[in-house]
Amino acid sequence: MAGKAVTITSGKGGVGKTTATANLGVSLAGLGKKVVVIDADIGLRNLDVIMGLENRIVYDLVDIVEGRSKLRQAMIKHKKFTNLHLIPAAQTRDKMAVSPTDMIELADKLREDFDYILIDSPAGIERGFRNALAPANEVLIVTNPEISAVRDADRIIGLIEAANKGPSKLIINRLKTDMVKKGEMLSADDIIDILGLSVIGIIPEDRYVLSASNSGVPVTLNSNSQAGAAFANIARRLTGEDVPLMNLDENRGFFWRIARLFEGG
Amino acid sequence: MASFLDRLFRRAKRGSGSIAKDRLRFVLQHDRINLPPERMEEMKKDILAVIVKYLVIDRDRVEIALEQRDHNHSKLIAEIPFIKEYSPADNDSEAKPDKSDKDIDKPDKDDKGGG
Repeated sequence: MAGKAVTITSGKGGVGKTTATANLGVSLAGLGKKVVVIDADIGLRNLDVIMGLENRIVYDLVDIVEGRSKLRQAMIKHKKFTNLHLIPAAQTRDKMAVSPTDMIELADKLREDFDYILIDSPAGIERGFRNALAPANEVLIVTNPEISAVRDADRIIGLIEAANKGPSKLIINRLKTDMVKKGEMLSADDIIDILGLSVIGIIPEDRYVLSASNSGVPVTLNSNSQAGAAFANIARRLTGEDVPLMNLDENRGFFWRIARLFEGG
Repeated sequence: MASFLDRLFRRAKRGSGSIAKDRLRFVLQHDRINLPPERMEEMKKDILAVIVKYLVIDRDRVEIALEQRDHNHSKLIAEIPFIKEYSPADNDSEAKPDKSDKDIDKPDKDDKGGG
């Protein structure tokens, strides 16, 4: 088996890398793929809580790299999907505990057993980002419709291209369709146009995302969530399926707008 | 009620989304070539200083700007309309064009240069 390493990164923090990684992992596992997700944010471990696996951590990424744990020992099996595993970040170490070469070697081993290796990159452009980027076959850049997030995305696009890992694909997260319509937010087209990348998914702002992280059950498992459906679509696109972009205005026709008018918000 | 009317008669005011887009474009142009706006202004002055040695230019209509599609395609576009050949007698007039001169308003495609 020759698995594919997909790195999820963003430059700026807080735009939704970890949420995207968790949801893509769960979605791909739901499609029957063998998946391992790696939290490369050493020192600021979070992927475990978003996936609801925080209670089961014994070993971590640094333990594997430093030989204290076998690969299999450190991988935490997901409660619902037995074909989904997590390698958590170390919480008490820093990014320098792992090198890009370590990550390449780790990914090479994992490729033998898994279809997808999803790597949750830390924010920034330093060592942690370099570690996450090194083994990547494909890079997904998460950004928000907000000046600082797009600027930082542009910065890392340059770094990714310089490392011959491009072209990466864009995930536009937390788009507020109603604000875009009023001209009060950068649109997906604006961002695509400015960054010159192709988009692999647009995730609408959705309050279910917070409830999902509160409960440790990725939002893509919530069938009422538009964001969850959008993440599931990205997973299918990753597998090569041709899935058209969602119409984010579904059920939001004329009557919906009239209703909004009288909400007086 | 005010918000109802606001929504009904959406004001023609420019949304902050398009302001964001313009500001982003500007910031990224300079980020991408690692040339801050101030240095760019200095460069423009230097370029013009060379050209005025040879030509009398219409300074009010000079445009030098970066054009970019993505990381690998950046170019500097300069549009420098000139009035006539330089002659020492014109020294005093500097580059101030005589507004009655019809040549000035004629856009001259030939002085567009890319690099």
